[in-house]
Amino acid sequence: MQLNLLQAINQALDIAMAGNDKVICFGEDVGHFGGVFRATSGLQEKFGRARCFNTPLCEQGIIGFANGLAAQGSVPVAEIQFGDYIFPAFDQIVNESAKFRYRSGNEFNVGGLTIRTPYGGGIAGGLYHSQSPEAYFTHTPGLKVVVPRNPYQAKGLLLAAIRDPNPVLFLEPKKIYRASVGEVSEGDYELPLGKAEVVQEGTDVTLLAWGAQMEAIEKAAELAKADGISCELIDLRSLLPWDADTVCESVLKTGRLVINHEAPRTCGFGAEIVSTVQERCFLYLESPITRVTGLDTPFPLVHEAEYMPDHLKTYEAIKRVMNF
Amino acid sequence: MTEVGYKNATRTPQVRFVENESLAIPMFSVLGQEGEVDDSADLSAVDPEQALNIYKAMCFTRVLDERMVAAQRQGRISFYLTSTGEEAASVASAAALADTDMIMAQYREQGALAYRGFSAEQFMNQLFSNELDLGKGRQMPVHYGSHKLNYMTVSSPLATQIPQAVGYAYGQKQAGEGAITLCYFGEGAASEGDFHAALNFAAVLDAPVIFFCRNNGYAISTPAEEQYAGDGIAARGIGYGLKTIRVDGNDALAVYLATKEARDICLSINKPVLIEAMSYRLGAHSTSDDPSGYRSKDEEQKWRQFDPIERLRHWLFAQKLSGQALWDEVQDKALDESLRAEVLAAMKAAEQVPKPRLRELVTDVYDTPTLELQRQQEALEQHLAQYPEHYPKTAGRV
Repeated sequence: MQLNLLQAINQALDIAMAGNDKVICFGEDVGHFGGVFRATSGLQEKFGRARCFNTPLCEQGIIGFANGLAAQGSVPVAEIQFGDYIFPAFDQIVNESAKFRYRSGNEFNVGGLTIRTPYGGGIAGGLYHSQSPEAYFTHTPGLKVVVPRNPYQAKGLLLAAIRDPNPVLFLEPKKIYRASVGEVSEGDYELPLGKAEVVQEGTDVTLLAWGAQMEAIEKAAELAKADGISCELIDLRSLLPWDADTVCESVLKTGRLVINHEAPRTCGFGAEIVSTVQERCFLYLESPITRVTGLDTPFPLVHEAEYMPDHLKTYEAIKRVMNF
Repeated sequence: MTEVGYKNATRTPQVRFVENESLAIPMFSVLGQEGEVDDSADLSAVDPEQALNIYKAMCFTRVLDERMVAAQRQGRISFYLTSTGEEAASVASAAALADTDMIMAQYREQGALAYRGFSAEQFMNQLFSNELDLGKGRQMPVHYGSHKLNYMTVSSPLATQIPQAVGYAYGQKQAGEGAITLCYFGEGAASEGDFHAALNFAAVLDAPVIFFCRNNGYAISTPAEEQYAGDGIAARGIGYGLKTIRVDGNDALAVYLATKEARDICLSINKPVLIEAMSYRLGAHSTSDDPSGYRSKDEEQKWRQFDPIERLRHWLFAQKLSGQALWDEVQDKALDESLRAEVLAAMKAAEQVPKPRLRELVTDVYDTPTLELQRQQEALEQHLAQYPEHYPKTAGRV
């Protein structure tokens, strides 16, 4: 059936809750209202107030509560309304969720925890409704970080995240919540965490992105194709742990890599990829690995289009690495 | 008039600000320092034999603390943190729970863990970070935890356990286990945002949790009067809509009775309760602290007169069981000697146990080590094999 990304997420939550009484969804406005983006629509009516409910407006409370619930053996799916507002919960995520199993010697764990949050620009949200905070969390051993690119991926990855025995931060590209529509299998299925996907094979240059930026590299690849350049497209899907083997295998073949992410450049997750790929593929590189990213500014409002690492900036980067 | 966002408000034509003093929260106390009982106090819920068990766990805690401060001074362990003067607050509250109730502690409640049955050997294995430590040598001394004893592993960041206790209790309610969660923290930690988040969540979401504040007067060097301006921590409970009680934290029987009642409330109506136990941290914050820089010997001496162990001992000496004295001086001296011997023997044994193996460095980050982590582990092993003399703890014990 054809679903948009929000509907796919809603369906994944529905399936997870129907299949396991211990799955509990909560967050600000998540209950009867169904969340400000409506990702949890209908869940309270179907599963009751005890399993889908509003919380007070307090992110550190939401994740603190979720950590305890997970430690008890429940399977919390906590929503942070916008990724920009996850920082009051930073301590609970980075010092608590991520370290719960390790610090207790596996006496306790919060493996049941999934944190869902919309991230990224493209909705005229300015500084505080647009950020891509993934790199703050990929620097934290003990967490998994996952970003889907379309409805099919979102449903399968979210079901896998909810059932994974580790805490998972699930970043949802809100720009394409409704814009991304695609075929989604009706039943229950999971897609693997920690595995990248080669979405288009090519021979000249590898283009790497995740989430909403997959669209930018797909468009750039079309432009390059007209110039006779063959692009290999990879969706990283999981940022922690990330699938360096699939990426390096591709770069060994093409000899060129362009990484695209929306977050600011300095210390963005692209830097980690560049470092690992040059270590493993140094003698095979035909040109410097190149990043197309957001600028090192707070997220802008009127200059959003200029800020974004769009398909044209990516196309120019492709030409640079081809002509190096 | 419809009520949106407030309760029980009457209209008044006067400008009148409500002040802190209007609350005047009393302190529940039943035992005097000589063990005398207030005439109007009801001790029918106190079983003298259980009171004796509370007393024994308090004595064990005192002995353990004294021995381990000395061990830290001798360089045998890196760090320690005593609960001297506060033994009644942790032990007697834990005694009012069922074994199936979860305890989520801060770091100064070793008495509660001792009452639950954590052995001297288990305390020592954690303190010496040896391979028998349930925490696999990963956390500094005093960060105990035991799944079997329903005692959540302690973490250093303050107050993080408080909203977690609410989530844990909510899960217990959902599971219909008839169990609750008790969460310990200090009056300093109650300044953290997590405390406020927790009380509000618990009240709104009807979680069967007891928030147990040990108000011991100091957060390291900062006295309570520089920590808050309101009427202690108890006043905040009322603000968030919790049933709240203030109790004499040096009165083991009062702590026990208040906690027992709080547990009944939690279970019968699925509501949270706040207990503020007033006490005094007789020792330093930790072995890294020296209180002479911020408080007087006279002040400490004054509080020594309210020693919770002596108070309970006096009461026990006066108890009769089938016409016989429940506890006497001779038994008391024998207990002290046996506890000292037990703690010393456990310490000497734990010192000899090897450190955890190197592979425990990468286990439990995830349920299984990631590919990247396996590669880092292999690289580390190769490096250690090259320079074994520089890494004596793990050389040859991968």
